[in-house]
Amino acid sequence: MKQNGKKAWLYLLPAIAFLGVFMVYPLLDVFVYSFEEGYNSASQSYFGVGLYNYSYVLHDPFFLQAVKNTFLLVIVTVPLSTGFALLISLGLHSVKKLQQLFQTIYFLPYVTNTLAVGLVFMILFKKTEYSAGLMNLLLGAFGMSPVDFIDGPYWAKLFVLCFYTVWIVLPFKILILTSALASVDQTYYDAAKVDGAGRWRVFSRITLPMISPMIFYLVITGFIGAFKAYSDAVALFGVNLNAAGMNTIVGYIYDMLYGDSGGYPSYASAAAVILFAVVLTITVINLTVSRKNTAK
Amino acid sequence: MTKQKTGFGGKLLKALTYALLSLWGLAVLFPFYWMLLTSVKSYGAYSAEYIPKFFTLTPTLENYFKAFTTVPLGRYFGNTLLFTLVTTALMMAVITLSAFAFARLDFKGKHLLFAFFLALMMIPNELVIITNFVTITNLDLRNTFTGLILPSVTSVFYIYLLKEQFEQIPDELYYAAKVDGTSDFKYLFKVMLPICRPTVVTVCILKVIECWNSYVWPRLITDDPAHFLVSNGIQEIRENGFGREDIPAMMAAVVVISVPLIVLFLIFRKKIMAGVARGGTKG
Repeated sequence: MKQNGKKAWLYLLPAIAFLGVFMVYPLLDVFVYSFEEGYNSASQSYFGVGLYNYSYVLHDPFFLQAVKNTFLLVIVTVPLSTGFALLISLGLHSVKKLQQLFQTIYFLPYVTNTLAVGLVFMILFKKTEYSAGLMNLLLGAFGMSPVDFIDGPYWAKLFVLCFYTVWIVLPFKILILTSALASVDQTYYDAAKVDGAGRWRVFSRITLPMISPMIFYLVITGFIGAFKAYSDAVALFGVNLNAAGMNTIVGYIYDMLYGDSGGYPSYASAAAVILFAVVLTITVINLTVSRKNTAK
Repeated sequence: MTKQKTGFGGKLLKALTYALLSLWGLAVLFPFYWMLLTSVKSYGAYSAEYIPKFFTLTPTLENYFKAFTTVPLGRYFGNTLLFTLVTTALMMAVITLSAFAFARLDFKGKHLLFAFFLALMMIPNELVIITNFVTITNLDLRNTFTGLILPSVTSVFYIYLLKEQFEQIPDELYYAAKVDGTSDFKYLFKVMLPICRPTVVTVCILKVIECWNSYVWPRLITDDPAHFLVSNGIQEIRENGFGREDIPAMMAAVVVISVPLIVLFLIFRKKIMAGVARGGTKG
């Protein structure tokens, strides 16, 4: 037994070492950083401890813009993508022919490089001197005047970002919901058929309650994922997101850390802690709501 | 009478369903079609189109040639391949050993340690990446493969997944092996891993996808193009590669970067989808 114990720790040593250095230590360190005022990364010294970094970040217009962008992105894409995924999954579940083919196609965005395919979206939506771009052509067919979605007005840029985000996150949601739908016990449906229940009644009384845990799961992970949006925005608008006015909270953290505006790990840490607090709060609210609803 | 009614409603609903499914299928496939199409248009032809054409009669491969000669796409590709293979291999070693310890060996504080590991799953990457960046910089590991690889060779989630699989293997097998004088290490590699091969393969593939697409950490840790991965490479190409207007060449690079994963997906479709359904997260 004792021999066994020593051996076990030996087996666990690599994982513990890596987790210790790259997870546990940084986790404690980020809070330390966030309270160290006037930290200088060259001399690794600081001259005070306090809340200045938080106050700086909360008063930084770039951060406030990033918060606004991120919140809008979350509010638009989470309900939209979850609802749309549910619609598509119900459709997929109800058909037999071509089901496999559709499933395969729908999953493709999951395995593509966000940065690479983002370029394609940029080209589809961009308006240049040479061409109005394909999307504008399509909009023109409906009598709308061309808009530059990449360098143009704020609503247009936000629209592309939301559109691309939904496109990227749908595969995961569709996959989860189709497997949830497939696992609902067939006998419930048979019983409903005997009772002569209508389509809507079957959906709202059987299907929805049975898959609601999965829907809540998707909403929760969707919130967390959308709050951490970053590379989608880079793919569409380039590295300098502050200049494009399309930065996200995570983008703000990285910009503070590195690049032309970087070198401020204290501000980055304060922003990261704020982000974590927001995500944690919303997740707790989500969990409470879902508990109440599933307990019912 | 009722039967006929539902028959008609059902047919209409079915038609609508197929329309919706096809429409979304089109929306998913179209960007891929567009990048493929643009990549085989010549620069001159592309620039001359005020209204983009949906097909081309004179496909050319010159953009692909350009993608490999004008920018170091081959290099980005090689870097990513090396990074992906080494990271995945190291991670498999680390997680297999831990999963074995948790599933098979007894030691004091096992349950406490495992609970602690699980708690680590909730920590977002954004919170720890700042210190990791400072750590790697202080170790002078920026612009090295070591710096790129080290922080991503452990995954608590995959340890958990593998441990669950290992625990499915009946204890009798272990005791029989012990009687035969097989060492723990040999038992792990000769018996447990082969039995759990499907899970091992799934974890490998998911990790490969993750590595191939990783962007944030490589961007922080490399500013020397000699160590760029494909994600950073494509961003570099966009900012100052072929010149901003040479979109066809850019699209050729995008195709080259996207193809390996799409091929991998088409080969291991069932495994990947089952694996992601069990525990992937994105979005």
